Amino acid sequence: MDLLALFDIAVLDGTVRLAVPLLLACLAGLFSERAGVFDIGLEGKMLISAFFAAAVSFETGNVWIGLFAGIASSVVLSLLHGLASITFRGNQLISGVAINFFASGITVIAAQAWFGQGGRTPSLSGDARFDPIVFPGALTKIREIMKADWGMKVYSELLSGHTIIAYAAIFIVPLVWWVLYRTRFGLRLRAVGENPGAVDTAGISVQRMRYSAVIICGVLTGIAGAYLSTGIQAGFVREMTAGRGYIALAALIFAKWRPWYALGATLLFGYLQALAIRPDILERAIGIKVQTQVLDALPYVLTVIVLAGFVGKAIPPRAGGEAYVKER
Amino acid sequence: MSLFTKFLGASTALALTAGAAMADPAVIFDLGGKFDKSFNEAAFTGAQRWAEETGGSFAETEITSDAQREQAIRRFAEDGYNPIVMAGFSWGTPLATVAADYPDIKFTIIDSVTDAPNVRSVVFNEHEGSYLVGMLAAMASEDGTVGFIGGMDIPLIRKFACGYAQGVLAVNPDATVIANMTGTTPAAWNDPVKGSELTLGQISQGADVIYAAAGGTGVGVLQTAADQGVYSIGVDSNQNYMQPGSVLTSMLKRVDNAVYDAFSAGTDVEVGLQVMGLDNDGVGYALDEYNEELITDEMKAAVEEATAQIASGELMVHDYMSDETCPALDF
Repeated sequence: MDLLALFDIAVLDGTVRLAVPLLLACLAGLFSERAGVFDIGLEGKMLISAFFAAAVSFETGNVWIGLFAGIASSVVLSLLHGLASITFRGNQLISGVAINFFASGITVIAAQAWFGQGGRTPSLSGDARFDPIVFPGALTKIREIMKADWGMKVYSELLSGHTIIAYAAIFIVPLVWWVLYRTRFGLRLRAVGENPGAVDTAGISVQRMRYSAVIICGVLTGIAGAYLSTGIQAGFVREMTAGRGYIALAALIFAKWRPWYALGATLLFGYLQALAIRPDILERAIGIKVQTQVLDALPYVLTVIVLAGFVGKAIPPRAGGEAYVKER
Repeated sequence: MSLFTKFLGASTALALTAGAAMADPAVIFDLGGKFDKSFNEAAFTGAQRWAEETGGSFAETEITSDAQREQAIRRFAEDGYNPIVMAGFSWGTPLATVAADYPDIKFTIIDSVTDAPNVRSVVFNEHEGSYLVGMLAAMASEDGTVGFIGGMDIPLIRKFACGYAQGVLAVNPDATVIANMTGTTPAAWNDPVKGSELTLGQISQGADVIYAAAGGTGVGVLQTAADQGVYSIGVDSNQNYMQPGSVLTSMLKRVDNAVYDAFSAGTDVEVGLQVMGLDNDGVGYALDEYNEELITDEMKAAVEEATAQIASGELMVHDYMSDETCPALDF
């Protein structure tokens, strides 16, 4: 038994990398769902952004242009979701599922037609990908870091060496909190998800509020997708989101639709994923061999426990999932 | 009436023989898709090579879900394609159902064994090829710790891992082999992000050569290994070009040869079990301009010697799938 091993620097470092896309997608879902538009299309939007970010970065050689292309593609899908579920009052879940299928298919077809490499983009290098930001004096190669002392490990591995998106993500949480709870826009956004009739009575357009929310959702999922293909990877591979959009949804429920809780939930889920990578550390820490599948399943198990009401109550926005029909 | 029946019978027989003589072969790809840069693409390359050399044409299809398997085979069989080649272990069950209904058509299945009088089953000795790259890994490793990253946790991938570990330990009995699987669902074949994390995890445990048998997940493994300055090993097709100078070698599985052979034999394709191993160039390791500087003459000589020993049966590499245990690695 060596419980301190659970706080291995390499695992914590992995937690940060794996939690960033979850956090961004989770906050994206938070905006959308707080405004009353359920969005299970997070996965598809991340995927299409991952593709366009990688493809455009490769073509232009500039990752920032790629990032904007990724965000744009994700926002287009968001608007499609908005059109179906806000304007035409369609079923939000079905629209979300459709977006996931669409993204899964179109990325492979487009990649094949564009690059002819079997549904993937060529590998990115140089300015076409987000390089890790290395702090002064920090080591970059893990083999060197392993030999360094504890302080150097924390500095080189945990603090230094992440991409700019990861550092920016830290500031997004307080920003989201501030927007939601300290601005007029945030108050209206939350109200639209709870009682759109009241917002409408106050003379504010429900549709406009909801469209703004899904656009913000598209921007955040766009960043999350671009982070996957140009930040921690160097290129797009089909289905590379591998269910992260769904884990982000689970985290959103686990966090009870609150920004700071979302940070906690995604860090926890990221930590579980990082720990699943290192079964040897878990074995050292608790003394028995645990199947990694248990850790992979834990985020979902925890979410079900929360949903079942064992740990407080997760109450979704009251008007969530329903299209707003103005009374005549 | 009787004359008419005879005439009809004769013309039918004529039509059938004509059809059989003109029968085109067909190939059916598995869920990974024709352009997966690996297994299915190798099957396609083999078919393409046959078409270019003989000027013949062939039919092909790609399925999009498991439910289509039986339908796809029946469709080609009804249309008279012969032989029909299918790539992937998942075809075993549907083919066992369908094969008996079309006794005149020859089927070839790759990576699985179906026992029927009109089926050729081609299996590969992946453990032998993996043994060779395991030897290379152990010789290239400075610290005596090497890694293996598998895709979906299925017996076939454990077979790769087990052969690899045996090769490593044959060169360096004190070596440590770290083995990880990406997951237990098909998503594990396309999760390069997790592949990268697994690679970083293995490097921090001291691994300096990492073998990826993980489909699209391997792209992340090769990338991260290159970024971190350690060696990686590719799989199925030759992946040396993907990260030149960092990919030590690739374990080749000549699915293309299997398809090419079946197509060349045409309707006379020999049925029964065909094992593609080191002795008939079914598996091997890749040596080209991208890795010639990484593989020293000494390494080459050692691997050539082992190849000869395995081919002659002098050296037996344990096959995980024969008894679901591995002497060299604990899963």
